[in-house]
Parts: sequence; C-alpha cells; structure tokens
Amino acid sequence: MGMFEAILLTVATAATPLLIAAMGELVVERSGVLNLGVEGMMIMGAVAGFGVAQLTGSAWLGMFAAILAGAAFSLLFGFLTLTLVTNQVATGLALTLLGLGASAMIGESFVGLPGVRMQSLNIPVLTDLPVVGKFLFGQDPIFYISILLTIGVTWFLFRTRAGLTLRAVGDNHTSAHALGVRVVRVRYLAVMFGGACAGLAGAQLSLVYVPQWVENMTSGRGWIALALVVFASWRPWRILAGAYLFGAVTIGQLHAQALGIGIPSQFMSSLPYLATIIVLVLISRNKRLTLMNTPTSLGKPFVPDR
Amino acid sequence: MTSISDKNGAGHSLLEAAGLTKIFGSLKACDGIDLTIGTGEIHALLGENGAGKSTLVKMLFGALQPTSGEIGWKGKAVAVANPAMARSLGIGMVFQHFSLFDALTAAENIALSLDEKTDLNTIAAKARDIGRTYGLPVDPDALVGDLSVGERQRIEIIRCLLQNPDLIILDEPTSVLTPQEADLLFVTLERLKSEGKSILYISHRLEEVRRLCDRATVLRHGKVVGQCDPRQETASSLARMMVGSDIHVIERRPNAAPATQSALIEVNGLSQKPRGPFSVPLHDIRLAVNPGEILGIAGVAGNGQGELFEAISGEVLQERPDIVRIRGKDTGRSGISARRRLGAAFVPEERLGHGAVPNMSLTDNLLLSRYATDGKVFLGGGALRLLQQSSLVLAAKRIVAQMDVRKSAENPDASALSGGNLQKFLIGRELDRNPAVLVVNQPTWGVDAGAAAHIRQALVDLARSGSAVIVISQDLDELFEISDRIAAMVHGRLSQSVPIEAMNMERAGLMMGGADAALAHASAGAA
Repeated sequence: MGMFEAILLTVATAATPLLIAAMGELVVERSGVLNLGVEGMMIMGAVAGFGVAQLTGSAWLGMFAAILAGAAFSLLFGFLTLTLVTNQVATGLALTLLGLGASAMIGESFVGLPGVRMQSLNIPVLTDLPVVGKFLFGQDPIFYISILLTIGVTWFLFRTRAGLTLRAVGDNHTSAHALGVRVVRVRYLAVMFGGACAGLAGAQLSLVYVPQWVENMTSGRGWIALALVVFASWRPWRILAGAYLFGAVTIGQLHAQALGIGIPSQFMSSLPYLATIIVLVLISRNKRLTLMNTPTSLGKPFVPDR
Repeated sequence: MTSISDKNGAGHSLLEAAGLTKIFGSLKACDGIDLTIGTGEIHALLGENGAGKSTLVKMLFGALQPTSGEIGWKGKAVAVANPAMARSLGIGMVFQHFSLFDALTAAENIALSLDEKTDLNTIAAKARDIGRTYGLPVDPDALVGDLSVGERQRIEIIRCLLQNPDLIILDEPTSVLTPQEADLLFVTLERLKSEGKSILYISHRLEEVRRLCDRATVLRHGKVVGQCDPRQETASSLARMMVGSDIHVIERRPNAAPATQSALIEVNGLSQKPRGPFSVPLHDIRLAVNPGEILGIAGVAGNGQGELFEAISGEVLQERPDIVRIRGKDTGRSGISARRRLGAAFVPEERLGHGAVPNMSLTDNLLLSRYATDGKVFLGGGALRLLQQSSLVLAAKRIVAQMDVRKSAENPDASALSGGNLQKFLIGRELDRNPAVLVVNQPTWGVDAGAAAHIRQALVDLARSGSAVIVISQDLDELFEISDRIAAMVHGRLSQSVPIEAMNMERAGLMMGGADAALAHASAGAA
C-alpha cells in the first residue's frame, strides 16, 4: 500500500462521520427545525454502538444499536420542541450536554476495553487494484452507507413528492398547514432521521475510526457537522465537499506535524476547522442562492391554530 | 341535523351552514352564522375587519373547527376535518395572504396542493392548459419568490382550479391587484360561473361586489346582519349594513398655502441596487412636495414602495447627501434622528415590529420615536437622561384622546391593541409633534372603516395646516379621497405625478401597470 493510498483512506475515514451527521441535520433543517443536539446524539450513538458490539461481539449489531439510540435520543428533542414547543436552540444545547454526560456515565465501565472493529470490504482482484483499489473497494461498510446517503438525500429532497412536502414545511409552515400538510408529523420524522444519522456517525467513531470507548470522543465533530450544513447552503453535495475538505486538512496537518514543521501544534490542530469554514464561507458568497436555499421557517416554533 | 336534512332535495343549494359558531377564549369570532350558497352563484361575504369573515371561511375550508353548528354540502351534513377533506369534497380556496412557498417553483407549489401523485411535468403542462383556458398565463418553472403579486394570485387560482372544485372561496382577491388586473379576474370568475361553479367572494370593495355578485351576506361582530341582492343596493347602503352606521365623509378644504413656496421634501434622482434577493432596485426617483400638499404614491405591492420609504426615512442612507432634501437641507447621508430633528416624521407599513415594539407599553413606544426630537420633555436628569414617566403618560393621554384610540388598559402593550387602534396611536404619535413633513406607508392597511376615516381626516388636516405629506398606499380609493397629486410606482420607478383633478381610476390603473413603459416597448418592437 502506497503512501498516497494510505492518506486517501484516512481522509475518507475522517470525513465520513461529519458527512453522515451533517446529512441528517440537513434533512432536519430543511424541515424547519434547528437541532443543536447533534454532538449529543452522536456521542450517544458512539457509546451505544461500542457497548452493544462489545456485549454481542457483532459490529453490525452495534451499528444498528447506535442508529436506534440516536433516533430515540432525538425523539426526546422532538417531543420537547414539537409537542411542547420549547425553544429549539436551548433544547438542542441541553440535548448535547445531556448526551455528553449520559454517555460518560454509561460508558464508564467500557474505558480501556478492546473494541470490535467493523470489517472492511475485501473483494478479490478489485480491492487489490493499484492506488484506488483500497479506496473504492476496500473500505468499511459505513463509508459506502455515507455515499449512498448523500445520493439518497439529494434524490429524496429534489425528486420526490415527500421531499417537496418537507421543503415546503421548512419554507413556510403556516402555508403548508393551510394546505393540509401535517407539519408536526413531517418534522418528527425529519428529526428522527437526523437522530439516526447522528447515531450512525457516532458508531463510525467507536467501531471504525478508533475502535474503543473514550469519554467525549466526538470532540466537537457534531458542531462541525452543524456548521457544514449552514456553510454548504443546505445542499447535499456541498456537504460532501466540505466534509472531505475537513478530512483532508485533518490528515494533512497530522502528517505535517509528524514531519516536524516549525508551526505550533495548537495552530495545526485548529487548521481543519479554520480551513473548512473559510472555504465554505467563500463558496456560499452568492447571497441570492444561499437565501433561496435557506429554510425560511428554520427554528421558528409552530402551533397549529385550531 | 334537522335544518339541513329537511331541505335535502327541495332546494338546489350547494353549501349550507347552520348556526356556525367559533369561540376563541372569550371572543365569539362567529356567532350562529347561517349561510346558503346556491349552484352557479357568485355569493359575496361582506363585513369589516374583525367581523368574522375569515374565521367563517376557514371553518368552511376545514382549517378551523367550529365550536358548534353544522355544515351541509350538496344536501348532506358533513364535518370538514381538514383542508384536504374540503378539497376532496370539492371546496377550493384562494387565500388573501397567499399560501405559497417562495423558495419553490410555480409547478412545485401547485403539486403540493394536489393529493394524487402526479409528476411535475404533467402538472406544468396542466397548469399551462388551465392558464390558457381561463386567461391566467404563468411560467411553471419560475420561482415564486421572483413573481409579482398578481402572478402569485394566478398560481393560487390555477392551483385551486386544478382540483376541479364546485365551490371556490376567494378571500379579498382584488386587494393586491391593479384595476385592470381585477377586470381580468372578473372575466375569469364570470366564466367559471357560466360553467356552473359557485364562488364565495369575500371583499370590502363594495363597487366590485355590486358589479359581480348575485347575492350578499353581511356580517358584523360575528353575526349575520343582512342578506341582499347587491345589484339592488348602493355602495353606501351596503356600507351602512357593514358598519352599522353612516361612515364619516372626509372633508377637504382647498389647499390655502401659496404654490410659490419651496418644497418641504425633495427626492432627487434616487437610484439603488436591490439589497436582498426579493427586494426591488430603485431607478432615478424624483419627487417634491410643497407645504399644504398631499402626494399619493400608488402602486401594486412589491414595486419598490418599501425601499422608497426606507430611503426617505433614513433607514437606508444614500450615496449623496442631496438625494433626499428635507426643508432645504441635504439629508441623504443623515440618520433617522437627524431627519426627525428637521421636522420630518415617518410611519412605516408594518405596525408590529417596525412601527412599534409589540411587548412594550404605549408610553415606551412613544419615547422610541420621540426621544431624539423631544428629549427635553421626555428625558430629564441632565446627562443621565432619565425617563420622565409623568410627561410620557401625559403625552400618551393626549394622543389617545386626539385619535380616539380604544384600549382595554391604562397603558397596555402595543400588541394588546387591535390593528386599527394601534395604527391610530402610531400616526397620532407623529402628529402630536406637528411635523413639517410626514411620510406614511399604508396608513390604513387592515384597519376598519371607522378608524380609516379618522386617520385619513387627520392626514388631510395636517397637510392643510401647512405640512407636506407623502402617503404610500395600495388602496386607490384612499388616495383619491385624500391626495392632491398622485404618482405611481412600477418596478422601482416613480411616474410623473398627476393632479387629482386630472385623475381617474382608469388612468391610475394604467400608471400602476406601467403602461407608458409597455407602450414604448411595443413601438420599439414594431419599428
């Protein structure tokens, strides 16, 4: 395996959790709900994934447990903000704090245990192709899910009737309600999809990226995913680009640090965050396009008048 | 149940509502309303703001559930649980505040209201078809956010017609149209009627109701107060039914100020790029208003009136100071307070959130627009600038008495006042200073007839006392009633102003539609 190939693989591994979490949050925000609890749902997915994989020995069961955990955790957010109409920003922040705390408690006995690593794909001949073989045909299942997710979300949002309804709810919930769309139900489904994605992203961390449990192991990736959604102007392919840019700079600066470049390591470690935000700000400069794609009802509470 | 099933078979009524009542908290928005709509009939629903018209039609359309009462449809009692059910019964509705989605295309907007799963291309083709049949041209691929109000209404109507309804409910459809656009709409409605469809037509424009409708039901304070054939009535007899008393007629004395005086406010060549995706660019706007004069600025919503107001009031500064001149001083680069100190006053369109802070009391709101000009009265304690509550309360009392503001508490929050009363207070807040220049955007939008008459009279009186007044309004009747000159805004351009004596509805309509530009364009194409 060449140096280039190795770098390519690590970039994908670093980018995948961001891509999945951001793609889920994109759907949530397109429906007009701002869930700042991505970090909390992600870490709940990570701990549930690790724990179930550890107990059963199956990484796959761990992954499904993580998806369920994320969705269930997001349901708490949905109940508070959609049914009880609490403030979405405050509730999202609380969800993150709760997730970080609860996962630390649940995972206390997992610290130091060896994890179960999800097996990578291995197709004879194809996987052994030079340069791209490992990248295209030799990665973990969650990588492939993330790519399918990007295609699927794009297709769903812009090519299906249900996606149109979801965008309509995000654009103007009052009008959607007047048309007979069940706004709250659409938002519940979107929030749960976002939770499931965040949970899956967490599983990628604890089953693929670093197959072990470390407290607070999401280390702010949920927040980066949230920023990606906004700076990608709520468009799926820009999220993909942003996530891979983040992954590339993360890995690049690690290699640069290893080579001993005389730049403070703190600055190098902050580079991926900085670079991603700068690039996405630059590509979202077209204000008209950004505003057209911004869900107008984002974060606004909805109470049907009847 | 009895009232509806009894008449089953006997009458040919399409829709029959019996004793419909809706209670919000302690307010009876609708109180035992009976309404019958026949097949192939254009039925007018008349009433002032707050009479219960919107609540009634929302119940018919299933967007609200009645507290009591029942609805009969084609002779059967039905419970309209939601709008989707209303549509499947054959009831369609075109909303007053359009229920369209700005970020979606026209075809996507139409698709959303169709229940069956039709693909977008079929919908676009169908929309074009219906548009051609009924004279409602639209571009299915256009983003709704980019369309004019008239075009948006067409989409709403096409959306409604695609469901092939038997009853179409139109909520104040002409309030956003030019007279010519309204005429086109009437042709469409007549055509629908000739096809046997029924129309429930909500309006407070009495002339068009007399012209178009077969029958009228009049509501006041949530109750039916009369039924009539509008063609047998006069506009004033209908108005009396709606209001319950005669409407105050505006008195207009001739302008006594000598015409030779210099203008109190001038705008010289105001051009401005659009500041957001849906805002309108302004092109070389020029106007001047003399003492004692009211300039009316007509125009369909979204032609740059809001942008013009912001430029004059100082919310948006201009490139050169001489673009806006107030009492001979260049103020194009000065802020709102500086312009106010020169004797100008401004009342924006949006009452809550722009004209007033909803959750602040009337006295606090009073101070917000007056602290710069009347700091000596309302602020004390030297450099500390402490609020002088007593003088604020006195001033608020003066305004309330002057403008006949009706309120439930001594010093309520702005949001607790009804639209008409808050508007009276906001205009009174500026009039109380006796401003030399007053610029007001949509002074009587959503205000009931009594309050509107009061506001208009106050504007006329201010002008006649020697001030210059600019009134931006979409209501042509209002402008005809109070203006000395009328100009129209089209696509961010302001037409020449025309003295009121030389003005009529048709000419106003042509000006609002930008007919001059259209003619020039047509002749250029022919040459």
